[in-house]
Amino acid sequence: MSTDFIQDFWYALRETMRDVAPIVILIVGFQIFVLKKSIPNLKKVLLGTILVILGLTLFLMGLEKALFPIGNLMAEQLSQPDFIKKHYPNPDSWLAYYWIYLFAAMIGFSTTIAEPSLIAVAIKANEVSGGTISQWGLRIVVALGVALALVLGTFRIVTGTPLYVYILAGYIIVIIQTVFAPKKIIALAYDSGGVTTSTVTVPIVAALGLGLSSVVPGRNPAIDGFGLIAFASLFPIITVLGYVQIIELINKKTKIKSA
Amino acid sequence: MFSAFLDLVPILLVVSFFQLVILQQPFPQFFEIVFGSFLVLLGLMLFIEGLEMGLFPIGESMAYALAKKGSAFWLLLFSFALGFSTTIAEPALIAVSQEAARISADNALIAATEKSRSSYALGLRISVALSVGFAILIGVLRILKGWPLYYLIIGGYILVMLITIIAPNEIIGLAYDVGGVTTSTITVPLVTALGVGLASVIKGRSPLLDGFGLIAFASLLPMIFTMLYGIIIFGI
Repeated sequence: MSTDFIQDFWYALRETMRDVAPIVILIVGFQIFVLKKSIPNLKKVLLGTILVILGLTLFLMGLEKALFPIGNLMAEQLSQPDFIKKHYPNPDSWLAYYWIYLFAAMIGFSTTIAEPSLIAVAIKANEVSGGTISQWGLRIVVALGVALALVLGTFRIVTGTPLYVYILAGYIIVIIQTVFAPKKIIALAYDSGGVTTSTVTVPIVAALGLGLSSVVPGRNPAIDGFGLIAFASLFPIITVLGYVQIIELINKKTKIKSA
Repeated sequence: MFSAFLDLVPILLVVSFFQLVILQQPFPQFFEIVFGSFLVLLGLMLFIEGLEMGLFPIGESMAYALAKKGSAFWLLLFSFALGFSTTIAEPALIAVSQEAARISADNALIAATEKSRSSYALGLRISVALSVGFAILIGVLRILKGWPLYYLIIGGYILVMLITIIAPNEIIGLAYDVGGVTTSTITVPLVTALGVGLASVIKGRSPLLDGFGLIAFASLLPMIFTMLYGIIIFGI
């Protein structure tokens, strides 16, 4: 157990270091050769960087130990033909996969809540907006977007409709929303698309897509297995913009009433 | 500690619900899972602590120092290098491009030899890393110039739609997914701090309005570059 632990730790540490190394080289290079001075509060910054590396390493280790195996196992079990037949009489209907849709929604929501890069952006957005954008508010709205995305994404895999139709429709919705949404929020909304899918979400979502597309009759994992991540990067933009629009609508109404 | 615990509650609930109620199976290796969850918790806590102490200040101080230097060239070079270097070594991208090469070889799109597979995967990685480099560069240039973000992003969307029409089918799913894979957990806070730092140091820019948006480019451009790579390799 203890030697295993140390081995896992080194492995995860190596992965994290490989991620960090180019950034460190770049920043040190720029500080020395271009800016020719050191970073202010160097000691604190170094300590912070070590905490980030250590934190991510433990985070990654924990995920590999606890979450990924069970997440993959579940995605597999829920898309087993036996399981599907047991719960729905007609396995050819898209409705037969309702447990998958529910699982996709819930796992999308919950993994997004735990996503470290989303936490980082939420902290920054809260700081920059002077507290008007709440950290949890943003994270929940983005997580709802991912939940919605994965339901639609799994539905697409089951029905075998082409990916680009959904993506193009999503783009058109985003463009229309952009025209009407308050300009202040647009940049943050666009960013929230890209941050949702990293450490926690990608591996589980990829397993779900590949598992599902290899079980549903007539689907080819090579073509249908992709696309869930694309959905998960698009729909949070829609929910964040939508949320702000709804808030604004409510505010307008109450203003009219009170006037 | 408590707030990090709150971050994990939803996952624990979902996993337990499906395992115990729907699949009606006991947890395999219960101890491993409890221990793993504890590590995730501890890791998340350290990460958030280090974020405020290390990554955010680095991003901001680089933004201030480069803006103060007054040379757009070095700022843009730094932006490009930041995007390129963090992406080329990104483990998720390496995994995805190898997987994509395997699938393309299986479907006889490229020769099924080790050499053609690895050159295809490497080509893919380089295209994506270049695209993220240009994405951060364009994003920073936008902050400098004060261009409205939505024109550029919507323009990008239209470009994605147009290229989708001519791109080979086999590359589209991959290209759409790649956009989401490129932004790693360390890049995101750093790039966000860089953007917000620049927007608060340059006169006439608002941190909220102009500081965000770099990540958006980094999710958009890889789609375009990957499809172009597909067109070059497979033809239209």
